[in-house]
Amino acid sequence: MYATGSESLIKQAREIQEAELQKFYCRISKLLQGKDHGHETINSLQRLRLILSATKFSRTLPDELQRRLASLLVSSSVEQLQVLSSAVLRETLPPTGQGQKYNVLDNSPLTSHAAGLLLSQAGSQADLAALSSVILRNLEGRPSDGSSHTLMHSHTHTLPLLNAIITYSPESLTEDHVTLLSKKMVDWLRYATAQQGTVVSSGGFFTGPRSRQPGPIAELDGSVSGDFFTVLCVSQAFSEDQWMNVHSFSMLRRWLLTYHSVTDGNMSQDAEDRSEIEGSVVSMVSVTSSSSRLLPPRERLREKAFLYCQRLIEQSDRKAVKRADSELQKACLVEAVCILDCVCVEDSPLVYRAFPCVKALYGRLSADLAYARVLLPLAHFYLNHGDAAAVDSECVWRLVFGRLPAELFNEALLAHEVLSFLRLNLPLLQHRGALHLTFFPNLLKFLAWDSPAVIDDFVDLLPSLVTAGTAVELLHSLLDLPCLSAALFLQYRSACFPISEPGGRGLSSLEAFRSPAHRGLFLFLLRGEAGSGDTIDRLSVLHEILAEAADWPRVVQCAQTVPVLLHVYFNAVVTVADGKLLAQIILVLLERSSLLLNIHKYTPEIHRVFSCHLLRMCKLRPSLVVDQWHELLEFAGTTGNVYSKDDLYTHVVWVLGEYLSVSCDPRCTVERITSCFESLEAVLFEITSSAPPPGQSGPAPRVITSLMSALAKLASRSHDLIPRVSLFLSKMRTLSRGGSVPWCSNEEDVVAIVTRGEELLSLLKLPSVAQSVLTPPPRATTPQWHRDTNSALPLRLRALTRHTDSHTHTHTHSH
Amino acid sequence: MINAEAKHHMPTDCLNLSDCIEKTVTLSDISLFTIMVQCFLIHTICPVTTLAPGESRVLYCRVFGPEESVLSGNDCELGPEHRRLLQKEKVAVVARQVRSAVTLSREASGRVLVETVLGEEAVALQEADSGVLRLRAGEPFSGERSALWLGVQSLGFTLVCEPHENLLLAEGTLRNLTRHCLENLRMLGAGSEVLLKSDRMDVLLDRVLPHGQLLFLNHRLAQTLDKEVAAYMTK
Repeated sequence: MYATGSESLIKQAREIQEAELQKFYCRISKLLQGKDHGHETINSLQRLRLILSATKFSRTLPDELQRRLASLLVSSSVEQLQVLSSAVLRETLPPTGQGQKYNVLDNSPLTSHAAGLLLSQAGSQADLAALSSVILRNLEGRPSDGSSHTLMHSHTHTLPLLNAIITYSPESLTEDHVTLLSKKMVDWLRYATAQQGTVVSSGGFFTGPRSRQPGPIAELDGSVSGDFFTVLCVSQAFSEDQWMNVHSFSMLRRWLLTYHSVTDGNMSQDAEDRSEIEGSVVSMVSVTSSSSRLLPPRERLREKAFLYCQRLIEQSDRKAVKRADSELQKACLVEAVCILDCVCVEDSPLVYRAFPCVKALYGRLSADLAYARVLLPLAHFYLNHGDAAAVDSECVWRLVFGRLPAELFNEALLAHEVLSFLRLNLPLLQHRGALHLTFFPNLLKFLAWDSPAVIDDFVDLLPSLVTAGTAVELLHSLLDLPCLSAALFLQYRSACFPISEPGGRGLSSLEAFRSPAHRGLFLFLLRGEAGSGDTIDRLSVLHEILAEAADWPRVVQCAQTVPVLLHVYFNAVVTVADGKLLAQIILVLLERSSLLLNIHKYTPEIHRVFSCHLLRMCKLRPSLVVDQWHELLEFAGTTGNVYSKDDLYTHVVWVLGEYLSVSCDPRCTVERITSCFESLEAVLFEITSSAPPPGQSGPAPRVITSLMSALAKLASRSHDLIPRVSLFLSKMRTLSRGGSVPWCSNEEDVVAIVTRGEELLSLLKLPSVAQSVLTPPPRATTPQWHRDTNSALPLRLRALTRHTDSHTHTHTHSH
Repeated sequence: MINAEAKHHMPTDCLNLSDCIEKTVTLSDISLFTIMVQCFLIHTICPVTTLAPGESRVLYCRVFGPEESVLSGNDCELGPEHRRLLQKEKVAVVARQVRSAVTLSREASGRVLVETVLGEEAVALQEADSGVLRLRAGEPFSGERSALWLGVQSLGFTLVCEPHENLLLAEGTLRNLTRHCLENLRMLGAGSEVLLKSDRMDVLLDRVLPHGQLLFLNHRLAQTLDKEVAAYMTK
């Protein structure tokens, strides 16, 4: 497909020499001087376009060439030349100087390609306003000679152009423009010819009846259409006003949203409009009498939009002959419901007229998942107007947050739409009692299936899912997200191949998924709603079953997003959880640290996140350490954890040493401190007195130093323990002198550990000093002292260092 | 007027909720509520020897409307030269991000790519990977955008639209455009028509996606446009 030939073309285009380029410009300029532009001209312009567009830096064309191209753009009747000149000029800088902007364009009817150029090079709001005036002036005029009717010669490009302009700058249209266009759109939407178009007559598109009408337009199912023309009507040929109908509907939502509020602020203006209605263009075309003709133009447009959408909804019920048209019907339903929603927001009494239709549509589509994408705008309508109309929308949420994610988790666009819907309506959903909350296990399926595509949405959404009620279950769910990913794959595969595949790769997990023995496990994993329990007992069994999933790319991608989400989760949970809940969460951390699906790098990554947030939670609420001291101690007292979870282990030891203190919590008794001391001491003794277990590398030096520090800290709070730790630390010193250390192979590490031991040993010789350094009063750890030079820590440390130095005489400390 | 979006998402009975308002106002800041496509691009999603890994070569790109910085107020002092550079860089960012998205999606699905050659456009389109990518506000466009993509072999076809866009319609339009590109620029072959005959793309977009406007086209309307496009291509 993409071949080296193309690559070398780009390279040539970029590296063309200036002299050669100037020659090329001259040649083209000369070519354009002639009247007839043949193949060579076309070819040269195509090459010029490539040269200009291949680089991100702007090139400047010679003035003459630029002028010639501009004049070609407006004067040529060959579309290819128009297109190419427009494309080339788009790639260059607009003419410089005040008022120099392609003057040549001003006096000619604006073609689509010329307008595209002006639009892309607009440099200010004023440029856009000027452009829209020209476009509207053109619209008032007649289309140029249409003997060979193509869209290029018609007015159809005007609405898309205006749409583009008001997208960037709604202020570009004056009040009069808005009124004028509103009136025209009413005509196009409601009163387009209901007959099949013929070859276009030379008259204007508003003018009189056409000759030779071949009959009425048809519906998508082939029957004769009995009502006004819409985008869902087919015909052998389309008249200009039918095309304008298509364009009007295509930009209708944008128009209504942009100019909705003008009516409210300009009632007097509209009142004037009312009087001139009879003589306006409107009445020339719309001979049908209607009470709405007495409305001011913008309200009238709203009314017609309403009718148009109702008709589209009716028409969508017809069975389309062509498959492409049934897709269009769905897109039209989406648009129609969105427009109904938007007119109802503007004009709330319309809600009562709209709801029967919307409700009927919901009833018609809700059972059919092929219409899933249409259900979202419907849900939006219910969300916005359900309360006003006192309609029960419970079933809508069960469908949108329940059935859709559960059954269509693998549809990328649906996932995107559901999650965008949630994100954008979050305040409203929260206000209505967090309608989506209980469905979080279901919503996570989107994440488990296609993590890279939706992680961004979940970073925004996750905090809204964290509440005191869901926190624990959500944490388990996040940790098991890779399992969910694997389970969804199995579910998907199982549905695709109901019976075990002959010759396919035999997956033992697929067998397990189908076996009734494990049904409970998978049912829990694939549950749709929260509240049936935080986790399950036989998680390790599940992990065993899914072990082979550890290298499935989908599962690996999913596992890579979990740490990010956990950070978001923990940041949110501290804002909603009380001490009791945080204590429970710490318990989950400790428990789940050894209960994770064995994916490469997954466990250490999770441990790193756990460590980080364990620290933050304990810092936030130091009494958590006393609350959970039993469990923390059990974790820290297990020697195996030193080797398998060194990161988390280090942090648990650190929080024990730091916060197991009476200054953090009065419940912290001497017995607790002693018992903690003894456990840690035993572990430290064990790991430093023997070689690591077979197959394991030695304990991380950080584990050793943190254990030593924790012991010293605890001893500083219970002085009876000081001799024990001092004895141990001095033994460490002698140990290192004996040459090789069995548990630490790196010499630098040994030196660091010994140095740390010596520092602590020196400190502990003066128990009161040790206490002030190792358990500083809370006052010293708050940032206040930064402001006080006298109590600044460096000063204090220097004083202490000097003090301890004078006692030991043996070492110099370099703090 | 710019607050149209905020209003749209906020029923009247909710107006008094200060938190609601606060949130929705920030939503409206995301963008002027565009219901149009901001750009269409064709770019590589395969490794290209002359590019750094992960880079994507943009083969065709059409941005509709002016560079957004003209009106956003932040960079309105930028000269046309800088605006053009900014626009090209933004497009390159989108191309790169889509490339990553396609790669990850293909990796996850584990499907074996079916090689297709000239004449097998329908198969290629059927086998295409598709997806959508959320581009946060400022990354790279000033407002939030959705990038809808189709991955056909080594090529990506991407429509960047506003997040509220009728994505069903956008999806259909993107498929239609892609089919035309593959057929009319012989993109399954080894040629370089996409670079040298890009005026064909311009005309195609002018009919099917005029100035970025997504059109509701039934099969008859679409046929009429197809005929016009075909007439241009045979020139």
